[in-house]
Amino acid sequence: MSQRLRVNPIMCAGHGMCAELLPELITLDPWGYPIIARGPVPDELTPMASRAAAACPTLALLIVEEEGR
Amino acid sequence: MSSFSHGPFLWYATRAAGLVTLVLLTASMALGILNAGRFRTRRWPRFLVQGLHRNLSLLALAFLALHIGTTVIDTYVSIGLPDALIPFLSPYKRFWLGLGALASDLMIVLAVTSVTRLHLGHRAWRLIHWAGYLCWPVAVMHGLGTGTDHGRAWMVGLTLGCVAAVAGAAAYRAARLLPARRLAR
Ligand code: HEM
Ligand code: SF4
Repeated sequence: MSQRLRVNPIMCAGHGMCAELLPELITLDPWGYPIIARGPVPDELTPMASRAAAACPTLALLIVEEEGR
Repeated sequence: MSSFSHGPFLWYATRAAGLVTLVLLTASMALGILNAGRFRTRRWPRFLVQGLHRNLSLLALAFLALHIGTTVIDTYVSIGLPDALIPFLSPYKRFWLGLGALASDLMIVLAVTSVTRLHLGHRAWRLIHWAGYLCWPVAVMHGLGTGTDHGRAWMVGLTLGCVAAVAGAAAYRAARLLPARRLAR
């Protein structure tokens, strides 16, 4: 099992909170919308990833569980 | 009847806890509005504003419990727990105390729905969270009308300070969002 981050582009309002909380994996484009690093969330970052997802004002940042390869 | 539950100590405690609750709720309200207005500076990133909004709200709830608890235990005027939670039930200062009960209920609803926000979903949470705009003014009016200290200069001053803080946050948000015509969330 591994975790991946997804952004629901319809819900995301470009608040940028996720990039503040998880700069390791999320950067912002010039309009303030998130760009997510490719690949699964490294284990040591999963707590911060959950925190960023819970903090997103519109709950647009999702953590999806994947069958790991 | 002990002097604890009948003496002036609890009365002071109730008033002090009420004032602290008002200040915390005001700070939470102002931060909530600033956050929705996307306030941020280099030293105050958004997660800090939002985290403070969250934690001050929960702290306000703790002081609210103290405020209600000391009121109910105090036997000098008989106000029971139902009077504190069911608006306009208490015959004692029915209107002003009723406002306090209403604000308390709203605070509890706001906090519970926020803590369970991930399960509730964004849309429902957001709808309920608008109740903040009802909760705070009602709490302010309760504070102005109910207490021993109502009408005293420092109490009026404190209330004016609270109103100024929230009005300032609202003005910031309006100035920031209106000209840009940003889409609402
Ligand atoms: C007694 C309690 C509370 C009051 C009076 C209150 C009030 C407010 C207000 C007025 C806003 C601005 C809403 C808007 O116009 O968009 C807001 C936003 C918000 N509040 Fe609260 N709140 C309370 C408790 C909480 C708690 C416990 C949390 C915990 C997670 C929370 C999380 C949020 C979030 C995430 C926002 C959204 C900011 C945004 O749109 O970017 N609130 N709150
Ligand atoms: S915190 Fe949420 S709304 Fe803000 S940029 Fe990230 S995903 Fe979008």
